[in-house]
Amino acid sequence: MDILSSLMDGFATALTPMNLLYALIGVLLGTAVGVLPGIGPAMTVALLLPVAMVLEPTSAFIMFAGIYYGGMYGGSTTSILLNTPGESSSVITAIEGNRMAKAGRAAQALATAAIGSFVAGTIGTALLVVFTPIVVDFAVSLGSPSYFAIMVLALLAVTAVLGASRLRGFASLGLGLAIGLVGIDSVTGQRRLTFGQPLLADGLDIVVIAVAIFAVGEALWVAAHLRRTPLQIIPVGRPWMGKQDWKRSWKPWLRGTAFGFPFGALPAGGAEIPTFLSYVTEKRLSKHPEEFGKGAIEGVAGPEAANNAAAAGTLTPMLALGLPTNATAAVMLAAFTQFGIQPGPLLFENEGPLVWALIASLFIGNTLLLLVNLPLAPVWAKLLRLPRPYLYAGILFFATLGAYSVNLQAFDLVILLVVGALGFMMRRFGLPVLPLILGVILGPRIEGQLRKTLQLSAGDVSGLWSEPIAVGVYIIVALVLVWPLLFKAWRRARPARVAVVGPVNGGPIADSSAARPTAESPTADSPTTAGPAARDGQVRDGQENADAPKATHANHGQEKS
Amino acid sequence: MTSLASRLKGRSELGVAALLGAAGALVLLDAARLVTPYSQSDPVGPKTVPLIVGALLLVCAVLLAVNVLRGGHGEAEAGEDIDLTHPADWRTILPLAGAFIANILLIDWAGWVISGTVLFWGSVWALGSRHYVRDGLIALALALLTFYGFYLGLGIALPAGLLEGIL
Repeated sequence: MDILSSLMDGFATALTPMNLLYALIGVLLGTAVGVLPGIGPAMTVALLLPVAMVLEPTSAFIMFAGIYYGGMYGGSTTSILLNTPGESSSVITAIEGNRMAKAGRAAQALATAAIGSFVAGTIGTALLVVFTPIVVDFAVSLGSPSYFAIMVLALLAVTAVLGASRLRGFASLGLGLAIGLVGIDSVTGQRRLTFGQPLLADGLDIVVIAVAIFAVGEALWVAAHLRRTPLQIIPVGRPWMGKQDWKRSWKPWLRGTAFGFPFGALPAGGAEIPTFLSYVTEKRLSKHPEEFGKGAIEGVAGPEAANNAAAAGTLTPMLALGLPTNATAAVMLAAFTQFGIQPGPLLFENEGPLVWALIASLFIGNTLLLLVNLPLAPVWAKLLRLPRPYLYAGILFFATLGAYSVNLQAFDLVILLVVGALGFMMRRFGLPVLPLILGVILGPRIEGQLRKTLQLSAGDVSGLWSEPIAVGVYIIVALVLVWPLLFKAWRRARPARVAVVGPVNGGPIADSSAARPTAESPTADSPTTAGPAARDGQVRDGQENADAPKATHANHGQEKS
Repeated sequence: MTSLASRLKGRSELGVAALLGAAGALVLLDAARLVTPYSQSDPVGPKTVPLIVGALLLVCAVLLAVNVLRGGHGEAEAGEDIDLTHPADWRTILPLAGAFIANILLIDWAGWVISGTVLFWGSVWALGSRHYVRDGLIALALALLTFYGFYLGLGIALPAGLLEGIL
C-alpha cells in the first residue's frame, strides 16, 4: 500500500467542506475545554460520543482529532495565564510561561507555545505517518499470545510507571477491571456481577463510566474544595514574537519534538517525562541560563513542543495496535468500538480510508489551531472569567444529558452518580483515574485474547509464551514490576547515595504540602516517584526562589480529562 | 503506639481499603457462583479472570491498609479551581447531590425540560450563586435548547413528561 497516495486520499476526504467544518468545531471545542478548568478532551469526547453516533464515523473522528490537539493547546494557555497547571504535563509551562506573563511577555509566551505546538504537532504527525505502517506490518504477524502479552504490558506499565503510588495505581486498575467484568460473558453467556439486574446484563456503558469518572467526579471534587477567592488572570493581547524570540525558540521546538514523540509512542511514556527532559536540556544549552525560573522563552518553547509531540506519538500504538495510553486515546478507542470498528493491527487494512482521513485531519487540525488561536487568545482568556457556579453546574448538566441520551433510561443516571462518587473518592485519596479507565476499556479485550490464546493451545498454559515476542514482552513486564524493588535494594547497598537521593526524591511531596507537616512521611512506595519526581526535583533546584505553581503533583501521570 | 482509637484517627483512607476489600470479595463470590462445565473450546472459562481481578483487589486492600497504618497517604488531586487548604465543603456537595438525585427522580415523569431546569438551577445555587431569577432563566433556556437540539438535530427524543403536547 502506497502511504503517500493513501494520505492524499485522506486529505481529499478531510478537506471536504463538511469535514473541514467538523475539524473547526473540534478545534474550537477542544481549545475551549482545554482552557476551562475542570473539563478536558477525554471528557468532551466521551460526552460527544452519543451525539457523534449520528455522524459519519469519519466526520466524528475528524472532530475528535481536533478536540485532542485543541485540548493540549488550551491547557497551555491556562497554565501561562493562571500559573496553575491543569495537567502534570504542563507543570513546566506553568512555571516558565507564567513568569514570562508576569513580566509582561504573555503575548510571546502564548505565541511560542502556539507555534511550537504547531511545529511539534506537524512533525509528530509526520512521524506517525512514517512509523505507524511499520508498526502495523510488525503487528499483523503477531498471534494472540504476543498480543495478549503486549496488552498486559501496556496496562501494567501505565499503572506502575505513571502516578505517584504504584499501590494506588493497581487499586484503581482492579476497580476498572471489575467494572469491565459486569455483564453477560460473551463466550458462555453467563451473567457476571449483574446481581439479577436485567439492566446490568449488557454491561456498564463506557460513555456512562467515562462521563461519571471524569465529569461528575471532577465536578463534585472541585465543588468540595472550590477556591472562593478568584484567581488572578493576566490580561493578554494578540500573541506575537519578535526576531529575538524566534531565534531563541526554534531549536527548543525541534529538540522538544525529538523528546516528545518517542516517549508518547511508548506504552507508558506519557507526556510529562519528555517535558521535564526538554526543560532540563534547554536550561543546560541556553545562553541565558540565569533567565530560567524567571521567564525564559526556551523553557516554554521546548516543553510545549515535547507535550504536543508526545500527543502525536500516543496515537501510534492507538492506531497500530489498538492500545491507548492516555485518557483521550482510551475514549477514542471506545468510540471505535461504538461505531462497530474493530481496533487493532487490522484497522489500517479494514478501515484504511477512515484512518488516513483521521491522520490527514490531524495535520489540518494543527494548522487550524495556529490560524484560529493566535487571534483568539484574548477570547480564551475571557473564558477563564466564566463564573464557577455556571461552569460546574454546566458540567453536571451536560454530563447528565450525555449519559442519559445513550439509552434514555434513568437507571444510567444512578450509575452515573455512584461511579461519580467513586471518582470523587479517588481524587480525595490519590488514586489515579487513568488505570481505571484503561481497565474498563482494555479488560474485556485482554480477557478475549487470553481465552483465544488458551483455546489455540488446547488449555495448555505454556501457550501463553509460545511466541518469541511474547517471551520478550514478559521479560519487559517483569522488569517494569521488579524495577522499584531493585532500586530499593540498590539504594540500601549504597547508603551514601541515599543522602543525595532522599531530599530530591522527597522534593515534590514536601514542597507541595508545606501546609501539612505530615507529608514528610513516605507516600506509599516512594521509589517509584523517582522517575518523574527526581527530575521534578532537579527542575525545582534551579529555581528555588520562584514560587512554585500552586498545584501539587498528586496528579502525576494524569492528564486533565 | 497508643490505643487503637488514636491510631485510627485521621486514617479515613482505611475506608478506601475497606471498599477495595468489599469489591474484591464481591467479585470473588460472584465468580464462585458461576458453574462452568469444562469445554475444549473455552478452557479459560468465564471464571478465571474474575478470580484474578478479585484477588488483585483483595491484595491491594490489604497492602493499602498496611501502608496507611504505617503512615502513608495518597495525595489529594489539585487543579485550577481547587483550594486544598480548606476541608471538604459538605454544604456544597450535599445540595449538589440533591439536585442530581432530583433530576433522576423527575426525568422520566416530569420530563427533561423540567428536571434539567431543576438540575441546573439547583447546582448553581449549591455552588453559591444567588441570582435566583437570572439563574432560573438560564437553566430553562439550556433545558429547552438541549431538548429541541437533540430532537431536531440528532433525532433523539428526550422525555417530554408533563409537558407532553406542549413542547
